[in-house]
Amino acid sequence: MDVQRKLAILADAAKYDASCASSGTEQRDSRDGRGLGSTAPGMGICHSYAPDGRCISLLKVLLTNACAYDCLYCVNRASSNVPRARFTVDEVVQLTLDFYRRNYIEGLFLSSGIIRSADYTMEQIVHVAQTLREQHHFRGYIHLKTIPEADDALIAKAGRYADRLSINIEVPEETSLAALAPEKNVRAIRRTMGRLRLKLDEATEAKVEARKAPSRAKPPRFAPAGQSTQMIVGADAATDQTILNTSANLYGSYNLKRVYYSAFSPIPDSSRALPLAAPPLIREHRLYQADWLMRFYGFDAQEIIDPAAGMLSLEMDPKLAWALRNRERFPLDVNRASREDLLRVPGFGRKAVDRIIDTRRHSAIRAADLAKLHIPRNKALPFIVLPDHRPPPHLLDGAQLVERFRPKAQQLGFGF
Amino acid sequence: MHRIRLDSDTDFDGWRKAARELVLADVAPADVTWTVAGDEPELFDAAEFAPSAPTPAAPDRESPTSPFPTFNVPARFVELAQTAILHRDPQRFAYLYQLLWRLRANPELMQVATDPDVARLQTMAKAVRRDEHKMHAFVRFREIGREPKSRYVAWFEPEHHIVAAAAPFFARRFADMEWSILTPDACAHWDGHKIAITPGVAKAMAPSEDRLEETWLTYYASIFNPARLKTKAMRAEMPKKYWRNLPEAALIRPLIEHAERKAHAMVAAEATAPKKPQRQELPMIRTEHTGDTLEALRDEARDCRACDLWKDATQTVFGEGPQRARVMLVGEQPGDKEDLAGHPFVGPAGQMLDRALAEAGIDRAETYVTNAVKHFKFVPRGKIRLHQKPSTSEIKACRPWYERELATIKPLLVVAMGATAAQSVLGKITPINKNRGHLIDRDDGPPVLVTVHPSYLLRLPDADARQREYARFVDDIKLVATHLKKAHAA
Ligand code: SF4
Repeated sequence: MDVQRKLAILADAAKYDASCASSGTEQRDSRDGRGLGSTAPGMGICHSYAPDGRCISLLKVLLTNACAYDCLYCVNRASSNVPRARFTVDEVVQLTLDFYRRNYIEGLFLSSGIIRSADYTMEQIVHVAQTLREQHHFRGYIHLKTIPEADDALIAKAGRYADRLSINIEVPEETSLAALAPEKNVRAIRRTMGRLRLKLDEATEAKVEARKAPSRAKPPRFAPAGQSTQMIVGADAATDQTILNTSANLYGSYNLKRVYYSAFSPIPDSSRALPLAAPPLIREHRLYQADWLMRFYGFDAQEIIDPAAGMLSLEMDPKLAWALRNRERFPLDVNRASREDLLRVPGFGRKAVDRIIDTRRHSAIRAADLAKLHIPRNKALPFIVLPDHRPPPHLLDGAQLVERFRPKAQQLGFGF
Repeated sequence: MHRIRLDSDTDFDGWRKAARELVLADVAPADVTWTVAGDEPELFDAAEFAPSAPTPAAPDRESPTSPFPTFNVPARFVELAQTAILHRDPQRFAYLYQLLWRLRANPELMQVATDPDVARLQTMAKAVRRDEHKMHAFVRFREIGREPKSRYVAWFEPEHHIVAAAAPFFARRFADMEWSILTPDACAHWDGHKIAITPGVAKAMAPSEDRLEETWLTYYASIFNPARLKTKAMRAEMPKKYWRNLPEAALIRPLIEHAERKAHAMVAAEATAPKKPQRQELPMIRTEHTGDTLEALRDEARDCRACDLWKDATQTVFGEGPQRARVMLVGEQPGDKEDLAGHPFVGPAGQMLDRALAEAGIDRAETYVTNAVKHFKFVPRGKIRLHQKPSTSEIKACRPWYERELATIKPLLVVAMGATAAQSVLGKITPINKNRGHLIDRDDGPPVLVTVHPSYLLRLPDADARQREYARFVDDIKLVATHLKKAHAA
């Protein structure tokens, strides 16, 4: 089988994993002329976008889509009839370098079906990264999927070469994992996340120590872009509240950089135990917004969702829905309110809040300024007070306010 | 009217020099026009473009002792100007001058995001930065020749004058390649040592194919999930104006056209019957216990679900130590570190315990260390986990594990550290302070010593109290040593 045919199979097999980012790592470049590639701290680069709206930043492939496990939600499960392929280590290495030189990608995201054993699989994955780094002095981004329960030494090695390690939690509740992925064990997944966290903490401590005593040897490197995970949404009956609670727990326990949410989408040769329906894309989008509220806006997992519903509203973003449930906290005086409060106003992003705080020291913010601050007027005005604007009292109390934000019924078109 | 002629579209230094002189000479923005060499309409002859007033009455600036008056602008302005000047809008020089002019009277203007001049230039700078970012992303090199003698050449059509600004990124990234990026405005070349900028060229100068392009298109088509079409999101990030130079963009239309059909077929396809799920009974604690070994106990406890604490915790943190240990130390519950590592007393409290044991003359390796509750109870708060006290029902649910550990090890003495431990070990709420300092004899097991939990010592705010309490803790532990000696003698 030629490499192109294998690529078609092994990229297809990898496309259900939502993680794509190449962000958050250390700064590296190849100006010493000995290698290839660079990374920037902060955001990575999305080199292309697929018609599914998702960014293509990394060469995302499986080493092999043969798998001993039989997870029902997975296209690569042992009982699936998809064609199988397997890359050699050198093939993945060459493909990564070739794509990188043409500026198609930021690096590699390598995962694999479980073959033979956790250790054997992990060893193969690590081998690719090691070859890229040591033989080719590749300085681009590498994200490796960690195989649960792989040997500690292999995990340490993976962290030496990779920018990011991830291990997918798969579904928010242990009970559904038992039904959907009998060979997978949430305990093993969590234990591996815990081990990664300890190693990440050690590396951070070593870095702090090294800064204090710069003469000593460089501390060992361990996945500078941290760890992430993915949860499949809509394959089981878990509510959004359950999902957010699980995320909050994962963020707190394992210091994850990101939890990715992946709307379960029908797979070829799908199992009858799973919903055969279009993927819940809006739900997925709302979960990302809610996740954002937890990570950057100071929201607690418990307050984002209407406790009576247990689910995020599909009609409006979670912050707006929260504001409508907590109207007694509004209207807010934009020229006086604290940063924390401003962050809770619908339509106020973090950058807008920064600009507001800068600006109001020198000049009062008025209704006409909202556009310059890139704040959507319609969304924000009912909740704020400005020198030349105050929402009519009956508006915040009335029932029409919700109506005003309901989207007009429309077909979800492709907008092409 | 002052006419300023800049050397090029990106001549920031020229603009800065002229602008400074104009401000110092008090020339109002309305009295200046800015042009770029080569851009002047031909019907004017050069004479008309000579500055209509002599350069401001300024002393010779070349002389190092020159008292040439100057004024400071905020660093934020310089940053903004360096970026916004790359915008293609011919008015950019004038807009920048207008803001500079106003800054002299109002140096804080840069912080007023709502000021129309500031807002306009911020928007322009943002467009430039975005274009630069898109150039970093969307340049597609094509290989000429084959390794090791290959060269890489790309064609790109930037929206703004960003070629020179965007080139260093490629030099850092592709330092070991010889590459050129050709554009209609300017071209950037890298020979392995330095960047050279040359005038723009026509698209025909760039190569039109690459041996890897088909493989790239294969990847692009395969990584796309037809079940989740979201073309608006795609176009927001990859605007159509860039498509004509992206090889993969040719696939977009056919992929979309097939997507709906494919997705439909997938949903409609007959589902395969799942294999019978292997029902696993939830393991509970066995209460009849005969002839356990520690290993068997530990294995069994791994899957304990007798209370809800297993759900959020990482793992069961079971006791550790030799099966023949003469002392069993019981803590309250694992903490953050213990939960991650899967071992009891490895965090700061564990270190405190080690120290006290050593001081009392007891080797930790000779003791069995465990907790009353085997799972970490916490609530997540952002990036940390706040420790929570286990409830009585959780202590009760977990007690069988303690009983079986006790029955397996048969120690001479049990030390209960902290209220939770005392409650579990003694089977009832037992205040520490009233009961510490002596051994409590038991009918149905070894004597028990109660004392504080080492993490209590860590939490004491003042150093004096900490020292005093630590000494008391060590004294308590010394009772253990005394008791062991007595037992040994007997
Ligand atoms: S805390 Fe104890 S009883 Fe509760 S699940 Fe864990 S081991 Fe079982």
